[in-house]
Amino acid sequence: MAKIIVVTSGKGGVGKTTTSAAIGTGLALRGHKTVIIDFDVGLRNLDLIMGCERRVVYDFVNVIHSDATLAQALIKDKRLENLYVLAASQTRDKDALTQEGVEKVITELSASFEYIICDSPAGIEKGAHLAMYFADEAIVVTNPEVSSVRDSDRMLGLLASKSRRAEQGLEPIKEHLLLTRYSPERVTNGEMLGVEDVEEILAIRLLGVIPESKSVLKASNQGIPVILDEQSDAGQAYSDAVDRLLGKEVDHRFLDVKKPGFLQRLFGGRE
Amino acid sequence: MSQADRLELDSMFQLKGSMLAITVLELEHNDLKSLDTQLAAKVGQAPQFFSNTPVVVALDKLPETESDLDLDQLMTLCRRHGLHPLAIRATQRAHIAAASKLDLPVLPPSGARTRQIDPSAREQSPPVGPVHRPTRIITTPVRGGQQVYAPGGDLIVMAAVSPGAELLADGNIHVYAPLRGRALAGIKGDTGARIFCQQLAAELLSIAGQYKVAEDLRREPLWGEATQISLSGQMLNITRL
Repeated sequence: MAKIIVVTSGKGGVGKTTTSAAIGTGLALRGHKTVIIDFDVGLRNLDLIMGCERRVVYDFVNVIHSDATLAQALIKDKRLENLYVLAASQTRDKDALTQEGVEKVITELSASFEYIICDSPAGIEKGAHLAMYFADEAIVVTNPEVSSVRDSDRMLGLLASKSRRAEQGLEPIKEHLLLTRYSPERVTNGEMLGVEDVEEILAIRLLGVIPESKSVLKASNQGIPVILDEQSDAGQAYSDAVDRLLGKEVDHRFLDVKKPGFLQRLFGGRE
Repeated sequence: MSQADRLELDSMFQLKGSMLAITVLELEHNDLKSLDTQLAAKVGQAPQFFSNTPVVVALDKLPETESDLDLDQLMTLCRRHGLHPLAIRATQRAHIAAASKLDLPVLPPSGARTRQIDPSAREQSPPVGPVHRPTRIITTPVRGGQQVYAPGGDLIVMAAVSPGAELLADGNIHVYAPLRGRALAGIKGDTGARIFCQQLAAELLSIAGQYKVAEDLRREPLWGEATQISLSGQMLNITRL
């Protein structure tokens, strides 16, 4: 049986798709057969970030409506052997998704994959609801600012009450907090909520803190998941997060302000 | 059907509970001679009242040091003055033993009805207590957008209450964590209801319809502290826990 992980947030633009791509790729890098499903029907992005947009023939909605088989719709990653993407449809909207259809696809994928990553759309409506409904674990992506924290809190409430596990009285969804776009300098200046503040309000396990980094935008534009950029701090932070997701104890990094080195100060160089 | 058969079938009696007003003769000291003269004086004032009056003789107020009492003589003394002891009220073993020798019932002392003196008095029907409304206990965080209601009773939350969450109770609300959402106690109009929280950071507090919003609450010196909120008249009172 595959482990179904939803990447969700409530709020838009916090880095759900970047995270889905990075975590999915990270799991595949560690030898786990993984599929990432884009639930953002009508606003598909995952294929761009994974760099497979030119190879999309059939999508998630086609499979749900039985216009195509899963084997036809799954896009194999060019870089990694055991990584697949199921793209969203760009021409339809969220109503094209049905609970029965999603269940059918997830059940079929469960038979051959170890991990199913569900990239949730923003909001708490149908698309987001179906993305988290069948989940075993949830990665709640949050930016260190009050509106994002509040939306994540709302999402955690829905995870605890409106998911299949909640409705059937099973063990609740395991919740992880992933803090993205974190800037220690701005926290020190009091412009941003600190890790402790967010942890205190949301009161769930911290999976990782991804620093604000230019490498994320660069990776998105190039269609390469940022976790593959081993030089970047964001890539390393995602890598740590995947290890923690797999149960390893890894110390948190990138939480403190970096002191510029001697040469950097001399030449004013920037990363 | 013969007469005898019917007699066997029909119930011959009914057991009924009843409250009776009864005179209690409470002994302060163990001095039968003085008692005799004082009682005679009392009876002389109202002889009608004291003819064939049933009494309970209370020995439980007697000082420990004067416990050596001749119960038989005390009973004779009472009867001589027209008082008919029905039972004694006692706690000391010697008194209870003496009473059982005289076949006199023993009653538990006043104000200690739960303490059983005579084991034979245990066979009572269980008391009909007030209807118990179970308190609702929540152990997981109450997130924004969630609403928790405890109808007819109290609500206890053992985890944080997020902004945008709403707690409702007909009785009191306890939050053993930060309270950042809304809490409405006594929503059916119980003005005696209270709100208790470990850290006051609420968006709104209300008791029996009287409310305060965060803008006013933030000016409270106890904002962020462990507090209790009660209603006095039309005012919400916030005090330190």
